[in-house]
Amino acid sequence: MKSLKALENPIAEPAFELEILEQSKIDSFESKLDQIGLFPLKPTQIEILQINMGKMCNQVCKHCHVDAGPDRKEIMTPETMADCLEVIRNHEISTVDLTGGAPEMNPDFRWFVEEIRKINSTCTIIVRCNLTIILANPKYHDLPEFYKKHRIEVVSSLPYFSAMKTDSQRGNGVFDKSIKALQMLNAVGYGIPGSDLVLNLVYNPSGAFLPPAQEALQAEFKKKLRDKFDIQFNSLFAITNIPISRFLEYLVRSENYEDYMEKLLQSFNPIAAENVMCRNTISVGWDGFLYDCDFNQMLDLKVDAPDSQHIADWNMSSLTSRSIIVNKHCFGCTAGAGSSCGGTTA
Amino acid sequence: MKTYYNPEDLKKFGKIGELQKPLADKFFDYYGEVFAEGALTAREKSLIALAVAHAIQCPYCIDAYTTDTLEKGCDEEQMMEAVHVAAAIRGGASLVHATQMMNKINEISM
Repeated sequence: MKSLKALENPIAEPAFELEILEQSKIDSFESKLDQIGLFPLKPTQIEILQINMGKMCNQVCKHCHVDAGPDRKEIMTPETMADCLEVIRNHEISTVDLTGGAPEMNPDFRWFVEEIRKINSTCTIIVRCNLTIILANPKYHDLPEFYKKHRIEVVSSLPYFSAMKTDSQRGNGVFDKSIKALQMLNAVGYGIPGSDLVLNLVYNPSGAFLPPAQEALQAEFKKKLRDKFDIQFNSLFAITNIPISRFLEYLVRSENYEDYMEKLLQSFNPIAAENVMCRNTISVGWDGFLYDCDFNQMLDLKVDAPDSQHIADWNMSSLTSRSIIVNKHCFGCTAGAGSSCGGTTA
Repeated sequence: MKTYYNPEDLKKFGKIGELQKPLADKFFDYYGEVFAEGALTAREKSLIALAVAHAIQCPYCIDAYTTDTLEKGCDEEQMMEAVHVAAAIRGGASLVHATQMMNKINEISM
């Protein structure tokens, strides 16, 4: 399976995605925010730096909002990483969230993690690990030990506790490899009660529907994974699929697009709107440009702070006073119990 | 009207109150309460509803509760097992009446 970009699918182009969002019959997100006094949407405090280390990945998941895969060559350079380190050194960033693609495939990934730890020994470092990378090549087999050494919080996608649903979304054989990788993480102490090594899992729906209640699903995941595979983890994050990139392509192709948008609108939750992750996060693209969130990054909607659009030009006061750019895809973060990279928000 | 069943009509369910509001309000209040978390979880109730939807062969209900069970975290295997429960009860309901047939056979046979 290839990325939309490699297939030259027009939905790989942000301008075309924005056009599709514009054509949806649902109300604008701005007007919905306006009704509850939240427009223009402003940041609360910038606490999280989410860094996209590159679009290269060993998997090609059907719902991937990054359109990542082995054919994507965009990758963060050590120079851009050095700019990120400067920001982490000079500002109160409590969480550095490393994502991709598979961030571990960036050749400078380990150096970057080590440098972050040198600068800040207490901040939370999250790695969004797709699990199969640990088994993809012998050079990655020691990743659990590396994560442990640097007290990294591991966040990994596992759409379901069965092979059928997981493989249909993430590729053939992904479930079995993910189970093996989770057992390797458990073996070094990740997700084990009493251990401070945090292993969180991510569920997202395998189709055009909303996620279940997070707490109930977490209880079921814990029971099934423990009983069937002797696997333990800390928390399950239930995340809504955002209508961009590959998931948008699926929605359009399967003729579910308008119904899905309508469902997101009907499920709009003002509390979730107040707690959207873009209010305390800055997303850094592989090339160093800054965005309100990972989704705006994929839509090439740079932060509305003209003097601080690149990590090398970081201006905290401009960033904290900016207005967050919103569009109809934002309804994905405000539906039902809300959705963020850390799970539900309401 | 080209067909008796139109998927778009499901979205209009709430509009039945336009012709008789008090009874519709009572029904929807009751409906909401029935499906809330209780001694049974909302997930269990959704699976029961999916099974009943198949037993009564209501296309609207099958549409609604297929989505709802997925949104409650059920997988295809669990959903199909629920439908088999409905099928077993329906099939069993026919077959158990065979006892009446057998009674009658005995009654009128030498």
